[in-house]
Amino acid sequence: MRDVVITGIGIVSCAGEGLDAHLAALSGTPDTDAETFAPFPVHPVKALEWDRQIPKKSDQRQMEAWQRLGCYAAGLALDSAGVKADADLKGRMQLIVSAGGGERDYAVDGQILAGLRTAENPGVFLNERLMGDLRPTLFLAQLSNLLAGNISIVHGVTGGSRTFMGEESSGVDAIRIAGERIAAGQDDIFLVGGAYNAERPDVLLIYEMGGFLWKKPYASVWSRPAEGGGMILGSAACFLVLESREHAAARGAKPLAVLEGVASDRSRRQPGSVEQALHGLSRKLAGKADVVISGATGVKGITEEEQAALKDIAPGAPVHATGDVIGHAMEAQAPAGVALAAGLIASGRASDALVTSVGHWRGEGALRLTKA
Amino acid sequence: MTLRDKQGRPLVAVTGMGVVTSLGQGKDATWAALTAGRSGIHRINRFPTEGLRTTIAGTIDFIDVEPFCAPMLSERLAVLAAEEAIGQSGLASNDFPGALFIAVPPVEMEWPQRQALAEASGQTGDVTYRDLLKAAATGRFKAWHDLFIFGTVADRVADQFGTKGSPISLSTACSSGATAIQLGVEAIRRGETDAALCIGTDGSVNPESLIRFSLLSALSTQNENPEGASKPFSKNRDGFVMGEGGAALVLENAEAAKARGATILGYVLGCGEKGDNFHRTRSSPDGSPAIAAIRQALDDAGVAPDEIDYINAHGTSTPENDKMESMSCAAVFGERMASLPISSNKSMIGHTLTAAGAVEAVMSLLTIATGRMPPTINHQVPDPAIPLDVVPNVARDADVRYVLSNSFGFGGQNTCLVFGAEPKGA
Repeated sequence: MRDVVITGIGIVSCAGEGLDAHLAALSGTPDTDAETFAPFPVHPVKALEWDRQIPKKSDQRQMEAWQRLGCYAAGLALDSAGVKADADLKGRMQLIVSAGGGERDYAVDGQILAGLRTAENPGVFLNERLMGDLRPTLFLAQLSNLLAGNISIVHGVTGGSRTFMGEESSGVDAIRIAGERIAAGQDDIFLVGGAYNAERPDVLLIYEMGGFLWKKPYASVWSRPAEGGGMILGSAACFLVLESREHAAARGAKPLAVLEGVASDRSRRQPGSVEQALHGLSRKLAGKADVVISGATGVKGITEEEQAALKDIAPGAPVHATGDVIGHAMEAQAPAGVALAAGLIASGRASDALVTSVGHWRGEGALRLTKA
Repeated sequence: MTLRDKQGRPLVAVTGMGVVTSLGQGKDATWAALTAGRSGIHRINRFPTEGLRTTIAGTIDFIDVEPFCAPMLSERLAVLAAEEAIGQSGLASNDFPGALFIAVPPVEMEWPQRQALAEASGQTGDVTYRDLLKAAATGRFKAWHDLFIFGTVADRVADQFGTKGSPISLSTACSSGATAIQLGVEAIRRGETDAALCIGTDGSVNPESLIRFSLLSALSTQNENPEGASKPFSKNRDGFVMGEGGAALVLENAEAAKARGATILGYVLGCGEKGDNFHRTRSSPDGSPAIAAIRQALDDAGVAPDEIDYINAHGTSTPENDKMESMSCAAVFGERMASLPISSNKSMIGHTLTAAGAVEAVMSLLTIATGRMPPTINHQVPDPAIPLDVVPNVARDADVRYVLSNSFGFGGQNTCLVFGAEPKGA
């Protein structure tokens, strides 16, 4: 099996843009917007100069925020890997994107809901309003696989693209399958990652229905369970360039870290199952972590279970929660955790990192990175 | 006979198949109707169609779920197809010994749920998401969180059949079903698993999803005669007709399948994919990405273009796809393309979107198994720009050993699969 190395990272969030800004933010408090969606705090992405990664205004207009974030981060990753200008290489680069779906037209939704109350024939009213009020191209900003489509268009990554869905797990599994394909020699180089826009009421709605949102001022994910627990969603995107060690060497690229292994699974959750799952996954990875980047959500129960598991799995290792740096970015959370871990390793601050991903509702994953 | 391909990889056998479409439940029902040239397209009666430009679809109306919504119907279609497929394979129905790869439509909350939240909010004036959020905070709608997140269909299917590991939910738009199969093939070739359950499912014909395609002018508006609306490769084609469907394939390492005495229904010999960066909904004018995907699938299979006996077309009935697909096939198969049979199942079941690649994979394998090529129905006005043998209107018998199945989708997705009766062994 071939070694899988990380040679490029693009990341944007409330901590700003690029790996250095995010490593610096490991010790700070994340920027929080408590007003716009009160009582729900969110971690808003820092303003970006879209033109720098998405040169055409027409492309920017065709995308909604989650796609723009993803496209921007994908461009940063290609830059960081030194492959942005290599059209041939991008033509055979494989793409795996972990994605949810896109924004709605909130004004149209509200008007329709108000109108439906008094409509004589609600079904016909709905048809007429949707036919008349929806922007035709909005669909393309909503389709899950159109983040990948936009990355192909804007950056010319056209080897083949696949979009995985399924909240946090999709981020872990995108990296897992890319890694497996590289290790087995099925492909040489991948762009993998995800993007999440938290600053939209429809996603807040989904998680509020489930009772998963934190409604108090910002607090660390680890301290939230004692007060009922909950997630603070964060707008963020992260893409990674993964390739075989040989492929990186042949093009003179310097690896930031080795992707040593990825383990993921599902289970019917019950008290104790997350703690047990993390033990099982970390045994598979067989590491001796000197740092942990946790994808903990702050949701009651599973967060304490993870904390307990980490005490056994990585005793004494410092634990950083990605959620305390960028917020919870759902499909983009695992790629962002890997980015932080790779950054710590590349800068000599760690040599064996464990990245965890315990989904807010389902799915457990763990990834191991080591020194290149 | 060796059970590895020319590249030394494990051969991937199909040992179980299941299908549900608007033509019926079970692959036999769909196959019988498909080879009889019968259409499953009809007027939509699931919701009012006044005010819509398109009022027809291949909805599946003989299955009810509660609450009725895309994720529930998609889950049910997936489960029915998987039960049939696993049943045929002879593997345990609740302890499937491998991974799940499932193509699911992107889901989101639908209008009945939004309306219920708006009502629960007590708001009598203008409604905003702030009101919906207020209703959500009551905790009365907790089950809808699970229902409308993206991983739920896969999780429930995985739970029911006991598949192993983290299930993969995926979307590559209209090539999703083919991608699910491709992921399964790759996992078996890597030796990670001896079995994979690959599913494509789509039960998402609702007002908003239909209107979204309609606003992109992608749908046929020939509503007068629903059964005649989907006319792939015809000059008077004017768009696709939405359909619903589910299909499941049990893929196995051929060696493992033989060792347990399973009946092998055929082989997935090759997969090809290529991204297109020309446009979000249109393909490169020169067809180069589709051509590359077809060539890659043939190469991967070790099958020469001359050995392909039949093509199961993507054949959506949109002006754009059918022209591009014809051109791309001609580029790969040359002069032979004029006489190489190619037909579109979508002429009868419509475009089953996320499920299409998987549904059509099963039909491709049944073509091999039975030696019968389903027709392209509604072919009354040939398009002079598309000089193909589309197996017009009536099924045809032939000795079919190798089949190419094409799937193309919005966002520059091109995925092609090659199936065979027998492996191209070393």
